[in-house]
Amino acid sequence: MNLLIGALTIGLILALLALGVFISFRIFAFPDITADGSSALGAAVAAALLVKGVNPALATAAGFAAGFAAGAVTGTLATKFKINGLLAGILVMTALYSVNLHVMGRSNLPLLGRTTLSTYAERMGVRLLGGERNLTVWGWEVTSSDASMLVAAFLAIVLVSLAIYAFFQTNLGTAMRATGDNDQMIRALGVNDETMIILGLAVSNGLIALAGALLAQYQGFADVQMGIGMVVWGLASVIIGEALVGSRQLGLTISGAVMGSVFFRLLVAIALRLGLNPNDLKLITAAFVFAALVLPATIEKLRVRKARFLRA
Amino acid sequence: MLEIHGARKVFNPSTPNEVRALQGVDLQVEKGSFTVVIGTNGSGKSTLLNAVAGTFYLDSGTIALGGIDITRWPEHQRAKLIGRVFQNPFSGTAPNLSVVENLALAARRGKPRRLGWSLSRGIIGELQERVRSLNMGLEGRLNNPIGTLSGGQRQALTLLMAAWLKPELLLLDEHTAALDPKSADQVIALTREIVERDRLTSLMVTHSMHQAAHLGDRLIMMHRGRIIQDFRGAEKTRIRADDLLARFEEVRRAEQLDETAAEMLRRAYI
Repeated sequence: MNLLIGALTIGLILALLALGVFISFRIFAFPDITADGSSALGAAVAAALLVKGVNPALATAAGFAAGFAAGAVTGTLATKFKINGLLAGILVMTALYSVNLHVMGRSNLPLLGRTTLSTYAERMGVRLLGGERNLTVWGWEVTSSDASMLVAAFLAIVLVSLAIYAFFQTNLGTAMRATGDNDQMIRALGVNDETMIILGLAVSNGLIALAGALLAQYQGFADVQMGIGMVVWGLASVIIGEALVGSRQLGLTISGAVMGSVFFRLLVAIALRLGLNPNDLKLITAAFVFAALVLPATIEKLRVRKARFLRA
Repeated sequence: MLEIHGARKVFNPSTPNEVRALQGVDLQVEKGSFTVVIGTNGSGKSTLLNAVAGTFYLDSGTIALGGIDITRWPEHQRAKLIGRVFQNPFSGTAPNLSVVENLALAARRGKPRRLGWSLSRGIIGELQERVRSLNMGLEGRLNNPIGTLSGGQRQALTLLMAAWLKPELLLLDEHTAALDPKSADQVIALTREIVERDRLTSLMVTHSMHQAAHLGDRLIMMHRGRIIQDFRGAEKTRIRADDLLARFEEVRRAEQLDETAAEMLRRAYI
């Protein structure tokens, strides 16, 4: 049960990552792999500040801001300097590796005994449950700290998702969606599409860094390697989410990305429980994303061929 | 009023693919004039429109609109003054956004976009009203993605969007060329109606001699990056599609003569 709750909590935290990837890949159609660096950046900045004793909410916000800045740099490289989007992301991601080491001062920064947002969540849980250490949910024994962490993560995701949903319906957010959809059109309507891309990637990487900051506080450490493979994780979540909701409507795709992240994390937890070698995890994730990207076209091709065959 | 002076543009300079698209174009379009541009393939008529829209900067020459020099303005800044309809019906709208969202974007052309709701209650009423005035039965499909509409419907909406804020200049770039004849007629009728109602200064490129003869109050003919003919007033009213075809034939023959003459000279002197 604790394994399940842990998977759910991490799935919810990484839903922020999925939302970030959703913005860059789906809204802007921009293959932004800055995420691998910015998720670790968010963790590093938040952890470094927490170790210094900064207020956890402030440290988390600083993590978001750092990711925001990193995304803005990628956007600027891609638009103002006309560097290929993929390469711009690689450049920033690579540079961030050094930045993260500088921020943390070493490659791994434990947060044991520090006051973090997790500490807040636990305290809140204990208070609400009247000091009970364990509770029973549908006959399952659950520690109150795990449960409160899950609830806190859930509330945070709901809040962020609503904020994003609202944002993309403002004048600015609608212009951003149109930029990804048809940049020629939005320029002809007086919008600087380059500014939109820079701002969009900034928001995207801000969310991804926020995911990193929360993950570091949940697992109790920040690590310079923790960003590796994050883009593919996020993409997998987005793709699963699209399959789950089966719609391109904004609100549904946003909730789809969140559900996809949680669902994917659950699948992984089950696979690990069944004896999957953790070393194979990234390989399998990559293979999964590959299949998800290729299968729809292949199925369509087969269907057309079959239809033609039947007609002949 | 649009004023173009000495506009020159060379694409891919000093390469085998060098194209001298504009070779010194001077043109003044008076306020309220509906000017139609025709020309042979590669004559520079679309290039001229794109130069005004700001798709690229001129190599030399100036462009002024309403007395403001916009030669060095980027495309999105010019959009404050210019409404555009493209040749491709898919170019003027964002396919995954709904019809209302597309229209709401156009209703803020050139204005700052901040955190106000894009579909505020005030604007939705006006949107419905204007879409109903198209008489295309689209008022029931306002919340559908605009990509689900036909090319003709999208082009009509693009026209509505471009003219929404009564731009200083309306640019129409062969905007019916990709449509079936019936939709093309519908869009042309709508163009005439909107331009005349709002007295929009308009510049329209077309391939259709019929449209060229029947639309607008002035007709410009381009060839090889230059303006070779300018009909206006009574002369424009009199002109027929056949006259235009004859004029094109003349140009073509003159060109052929040039080539044979060059060939003869080459044989004689080299």
